[in-house]
Amino acid sequence: MEPVLIAPANATLLGIPGMFFALVIPIVGVCLFTYIIAQRSKPLVLAAPDERFNNIGARLINVFKIWLGQYRQPRYKTAGILHILIFAGFMILSIRSLSLVVIGISEGFVFPGLGGTLGVVYNLLKDYAATIVLAACIYAAWRRGVIKPERYKVPARYGKDHTAEAVFVLGLIATLMISESLFEASFVAAQKQQGVHAEFLAPLSLAWFFKNILLFASPGVLQTTHIASYFVHDLTFFFFLCFLPMGKHFHVITSLFNVFFMRTEKGNIKPVRYGTSEEQLDDLESFGVKKFNDFTWKHILDFYTCADCGRCSDQCPANAVKRPLSPRFISIKGRDYAFKHFPLRKGNGSEQEPLIGDIYEEDEIWSCTTCGACEQECPLGIEYIDKIVDLRRGMVDEGMVPQTLQKPLGAIEKRGNPWGKMEKKRADWTTAEGFADAYPVKIIGKKESAQTLYFVDSVSSFDDRMQSIAQATAKILSQAGVDFGILGKDERDSGHEVRRFGEEMLFMDLRDRNTDAILNSGVEQIVTSDPHAFNALRKDYQGLPPVEHISQVIVKNIKAGKLSLNGTETNGKVYTYHDPCYLGRHNGLYEDPRQAIDAIPGIKRVDMLKSRDRSFCCGGGGLMLFYEPEEEQRMGVLRVEMARQAGANVIVTACPFCLVNIEDAIKVSGLEGQMEAIDLAELVALHLPGEQQQDV
Amino acid sequence: MEILVCVKRVPDTAENEIEVNSDGTDIERDDLVYSVNEWDNYAVEEAIQIRDNVGGSVTVVAVGDEESEEVVRREMAMGADNGILVSDDAFEGSDGKGVATLLKAVVEKGQYDLILTGAQADEGAGQVGGMLAAMLGRPYASLVNKIEVVDDKKLKVGREIEGGNQEMSEIDLPCILSIQTGINEPRYVGIRGIRKVASVEIPVMGTGDLNVDAAAVGTAGAKVKRLDYFVPDLGDGAEMLEGSTDEIIEKLIEILKAKGGLK
Repeated sequence: MEPVLIAPANATLLGIPGMFFALVIPIVGVCLFTYIIAQRSKPLVLAAPDERFNNIGARLINVFKIWLGQYRQPRYKTAGILHILIFAGFMILSIRSLSLVVIGISEGFVFPGLGGTLGVVYNLLKDYAATIVLAACIYAAWRRGVIKPERYKVPARYGKDHTAEAVFVLGLIATLMISESLFEASFVAAQKQQGVHAEFLAPLSLAWFFKNILLFASPGVLQTTHIASYFVHDLTFFFFLCFLPMGKHFHVITSLFNVFFMRTEKGNIKPVRYGTSEEQLDDLESFGVKKFNDFTWKHILDFYTCADCGRCSDQCPANAVKRPLSPRFISIKGRDYAFKHFPLRKGNGSEQEPLIGDIYEEDEIWSCTTCGACEQECPLGIEYIDKIVDLRRGMVDEGMVPQTLQKPLGAIEKRGNPWGKMEKKRADWTTAEGFADAYPVKIIGKKESAQTLYFVDSVSSFDDRMQSIAQATAKILSQAGVDFGILGKDERDSGHEVRRFGEEMLFMDLRDRNTDAILNSGVEQIVTSDPHAFNALRKDYQGLPPVEHISQVIVKNIKAGKLSLNGTETNGKVYTYHDPCYLGRHNGLYEDPRQAIDAIPGIKRVDMLKSRDRSFCCGGGGLMLFYEPEEEQRMGVLRVEMARQAGANVIVTACPFCLVNIEDAIKVSGLEGQMEAIDLAELVALHLPGEQQQDV
Repeated sequence: MEILVCVKRVPDTAENEIEVNSDGTDIERDDLVYSVNEWDNYAVEEAIQIRDNVGGSVTVVAVGDEESEEVVRREMAMGADNGILVSDDAFEGSDGKGVATLLKAVVEKGQYDLILTGAQADEGAGQVGGMLAAMLGRPYASLVNKIEVVDDKKLKVGREIEGGNQEMSEIDLPCILSIQTGINEPRYVGIRGIRKVASVEIPVMGTGDLNVDAAAVGTAGAKVKRLDYFVPDLGDGAEMLEGSTDEIIEKLIEILKAKGGLK
């Protein structure tokens, strides 16, 4: 039987057989694409090593959940749903697009496995997919072009607006959808016109609409539409393929790999250089990232993968208070640098200037609190903390450290705490009047031993206000019957921020001293009330006894009946719990602190809109207390406002640094008397039997 | 330009609680930590920046016991090219003039166009720079907060004067300058930097190496002798507030209110 229309393979264009074009377009397209990818791979090959082939199970789960399952997309509802629709449509239509390429060469080609019923189902599915993708594209273009959500804006200092590129690509996708549907619709219309058996088109799909319109067209128009739409599709498809690696749509190709290689552990920091042991560090000529090639290949893959969606910066507390940091542009600037220094035609990036002063600024890199909100949000598994830390390592190595940070770093080096207080005063909080007699705290050493170590860390040991957290923690441990002690003058700063501020060698010294002291103390477990110490001991140290945060100890002992809490007169107080970054996001402890609060009979607690893994950083801990950033506002002030909006008047934190920042913010906001802040340990200690209940 | 910077190892005032010992001969040194004198650190940074701009080398010299080597090493980690430690039992107990005499002998062993000292030292009296210049018969500018190299014969130097105003002067090389803090932002010296220079040999100069009259240095040569250290008695009208920080603040506010300082 004669076909109702001449197929592209058998058609003649400009006197040349269609088959020729159908062969040349894919061959040229694939060759060009291969060349582009080879060029784009150059910086990855020259980059620093990275170790990303461990934890394969976790990586596969990430691929299924975050890549295939688009798990993080709906965190931004509209954009997320649009993306899921387009992504799912792409997945479905990829088979159709590949089939179409082959059909141009071999008219009767059917994708293996899609000959029978499955093929019918698939055809229905792909008709609807194309329709939905087109609708999603139109809406997405409307959003980008007319609604213009805030987070897509490009601040002047970061260059030009990116809307044109986004809309252009949406146009390409729309062209693919329309041409694919027209190709099929014209054929079915011709079948109908000639009264032969016609393929079934999914009702109300794009192809179905086109068919119904084309039923009124002449056979000549149908033939032209059929051939033209085929080659438009073919050309657009391969143009799109080669256009992807030119900008933010590179993620269409790289996302699968980036998600596979993404961070599988949280709270940890990459070694100075993968494959270089600590003993070999002295032999390294340079530390950290100074030039582009110092980034690891995964970090450059991150730059390529950034889809410019702006979610990281939308969640970034530094960006929210107008510090000179926007994680999105850490990536975009990195990508632009790669494209500029490794151009498609020539060049291999040999002329590299230091990144600081070129594309990044010192203050930009110091502005990060390493809270992890950006990484938690990124739907593509892009990492920022390790990059920031690596850039800081580079700056520390070059001596580029702000004066405000040099003092505390020097003090930590000499005295083991950022204020330079004397080591022997580290345990002074235990001798406070009214506390020492009721709650004697053992100092583990030659004379005394204990089963549990309370690792206090610097701020709770030395800061007048925060010593109350240490005392509250000791009260709770005592009442729960825990046999505990502290290291006293043998404890040094955990070095958590020292490491995250790029002073790796100083961190290693602190870690080694603490590790020795802890192991020599003979304790069987460690408790801490400071999430930064908690994270350091768990993620940065090795070979220690198990470490728990005081919130876990509280909940465990309440459940075991060893700790019971008195009820509270609510007095109109509404509590809200502020998730500290290093307890929540970096260690997944969201429930224990809430359960501990809720264990106080009669207490009223609400959650803030931004809570749990979307918690908003208070301003940063450790050395960040000493850094004087350029900012319009304090993060803590915004946080206090969020608590107010949630209807709370008491902010409970579980971190001494959060308490410092939030208490300061309450004062700065002029809300003293209206809002208050308290540490979880303090709150629980107030409700211990025998403790005089104060008005908090 | 060949630059010599004189540095001193001092108890770190930011990180110590300085107390006078019981017999008043010295401060309590058991729990002290030491560092390079802050002013000297600015001087070294300035020297490094001048060298990086116009070429030459930076030499750091410290007069003190063998432990002073650590500050010389730290300044070398910062970027100084050479270090010298002037140390000998015979030099112990030198007064300011004695130290200046030793430094003069060091200067005479080299070819330095520019000599920098800190404007003063914690634990010091701010006298060495001026005396050294006088002994060498070279021009001297003190409290310098800005240096511009004009050519290899001249510098322009600045000094802050009353009311935050700035004075600029011209000075002929070779000369001696005492450097004020704030002239620059000294770079950070990390543990790694210090380790890199850990094995660099720092020459020690003693009586045999320097052309000095033994009678002019050390305890024997000191014409200024310290008699006593003590905490001054509380004067009339001075009231020491006691208690926790909060209590002290509360009392202070009360007093200020009572005396009309706060309304």
